[in-house]
Amino acid sequence: MAEVEETLKRIEAHRGVIGTIVVNAEGIPIRTNLDNSTAVQYAGLLRNLTQLARSTVRDIDPQNDLTYLRVRSKKYEIMVAPENDFLLIVIQNPCE
Amino acid sequence: MEIVHVYTKLRGDFGRQCLFSDRPAELLVDVPPDPNLGLQFIQRSPRDQVLQACRDMSEHQVNTERFESESCGINHVEGGWPKDVNPQEMEQTIRFRKKVEKDEGYINSILQLGSVMEHCIRQNNAVDIYQDYFEDEDEVEENQESPSAKTINVFRDPNEVKRTVTGLSWHPDSGRKLAAAYSCLEFQKTSRDMSLDSYIWDIENPNRPEMTLKPASPLVCLDYNPKDPHTLVGGSYNGQIAYWDTRRGSQPVELSSVEHSHRDPVYKIIWLQSKTGTDVFSASTDGQVLWWDVRRLSEPSERLVLDPSREGRLDRALGAVSLEFESTMPTKFMVGTEQGVVVSCNRKAKTPLEKIVCTYDGHHGPVYALQRNPFFPKNFLTVGDWTARIWSEDIKESSIMWTKYQMSYLMDACWSPVRPSVFFTVKMDGVLDVWDILFKQNDPTLSLKVCDEALYSLRLQDNGRLVACGSQQGGATLLEICSGLSTLQKNEKTLLAAMFERETKREKILEARQREIRLKERSRSEQSREDDRGRDNADDLDQLITRAEKDFHSVVETELRRRRDQEDHEDRTNREKDVCEEKVEKDEAEIL
Repeated sequence: MAEVEETLKRIEAHRGVIGTIVVNAEGIPIRTNLDNSTAVQYAGLLRNLTQLARSTVRDIDPQNDLTYLRVRSKKYEIMVAPENDFLLIVIQNPCE
Repeated sequence: MEIVHVYTKLRGDFGRQCLFSDRPAELLVDVPPDPNLGLQFIQRSPRDQVLQACRDMSEHQVNTERFESESCGINHVEGGWPKDVNPQEMEQTIRFRKKVEKDEGYINSILQLGSVMEHCIRQNNAVDIYQDYFEDEDEVEENQESPSAKTINVFRDPNEVKRTVTGLSWHPDSGRKLAAAYSCLEFQKTSRDMSLDSYIWDIENPNRPEMTLKPASPLVCLDYNPKDPHTLVGGSYNGQIAYWDTRRGSQPVELSSVEHSHRDPVYKIIWLQSKTGTDVFSASTDGQVLWWDVRRLSEPSERLVLDPSREGRLDRALGAVSLEFESTMPTKFMVGTEQGVVVSCNRKAKTPLEKIVCTYDGHHGPVYALQRNPFFPKNFLTVGDWTARIWSEDIKESSIMWTKYQMSYLMDACWSPVRPSVFFTVKMDGVLDVWDILFKQNDPTLSLKVCDEALYSLRLQDNGRLVACGSQQGGATLLEICSGLSTLQKNEKTLLAAMFERETKREKILEARQREIRLKERSRSEQSREDDRGRDNADDLDQLITRAEKDFHSVVETELRRRRDQEDHEDRTNREKDVCEEKVEKDEAEIL
């Protein structure tokens, strides 16, 4: 439990990280440091995208699996890491 | 209870009683068979009749009503909370969340994901992997197409005896018409039945000339008036100048008098910029440049004798073969001579002595073409012997750029009116060369064999795309140049200006060095050989000449032998070289 806390805190403390969201299998944001509505929006949209990405990868090669998905946009980068049923979403602004 | 309706009518009101009776059958119509009618028909046996022992079917098409379907998505506003948790209630949600966080799977997943995510985040912070390199540089548009030109039309001399196309001039307005001057420049080779006419062609119609010009003697050159496209002026073989108005027919409106005209064929005639717009000037190998007013061709308005010693003596004059005039510099003009010297003159000089400003000596043979670069008027192009040279006005010793010696004599050249670095030349082996000095300086960018006989004249239309070249057998070929060679490239002017600057500077430095060396020589020789110089000069000269001749002959012999061994079956090359040699020997004889 403490490790989980520590991990998440460490992630949030990195340079440029704007927000973190942990989503469960049903699309409910479990832990987030953004406000609820934003978190819910991210959760819903990114779950679909991750599922699509994962099915694409597995369709091409069934032995393969999605490790993480990065969506780079003009303002920031969204990184999604899927595992079992949970999703860890991190929004980072690569400051250059 | 039944409701009954009763009608009552008297029997007598019904009318008369019908009485039926029997009657035997009565024949109404009897049509016997008429065998004559059968003759109108042909019996056909056997007959094919299709029968089908099945039920009759019919085919129908039916379009059902369209089924409207629409796809839409539903946005899940609030995640899939389990049924017992009310998403609005803070307490319940917090409790639920806490429960999930205690889950074993959750802890493991987060730990794993955490490490993956940290890796990505660190990557992002380390290097911007999406950095845009070279985003400031503009897209360099490479013109990939290779230079090309294609022949559009050939205008052939309609007469039996073919004459050379010695002069060409485009119609100033639209460039839809081309005037060609036909004459035979070979000495005493004109036959009696050679026609004297010159033609104006419409470029769309190569079958028949649009108009004929009938001078008294074949025209060697002609020029359209840039201000008035109906008028032309032409210089003829016997030295006269003729003035035509195309609205007034084929005969010249006015002809200059024989006594006051040139004594040799008029090689070039150009319209001048003047208030009245009626001034022309002409040049001929008799050594004179004459100015005329076309309204009064009986006498030239001015005369200049091309005497390099500035004494106005006709017997020492240089014969002129080309003229150059640029309307942006109306007081200056240049004359190219048979002796290979280009004379630059000032029209507005007070005394005839000052008319000739300076001379440029560069060619070994007659300077057949002379033109200033339309974008850089200080630089001009000359063509003569086997090279084309580009000069800068300031450098009088030599040209700033030149081509290497070509295989055959160059007869005419002109700059492209749209691209400052492109010029065209025509040669005696029938080849049209397009040179782009920004692209390649050693060789022409495009070399086209237009025809088998020699090409004598060349003229570009003002839009820079159409080129007309005239050949010895009277065929004027119209070519279209590819767009790469006829559209202005970016930075072309600046690059070319830089190139000319550079070459001019180089020549200046060389000139300065030459002068220094000469000064040193002179000061040294003045001290030693002052008295001997007068007597030995003549001997030295003769000896030098014989030595030069001998050297020349030996070099030519060895070269000839080498070539004969190499190209045994190239008859044409040998023949051409003979022509060149003849010309050079003739020039040499002239020098002597």
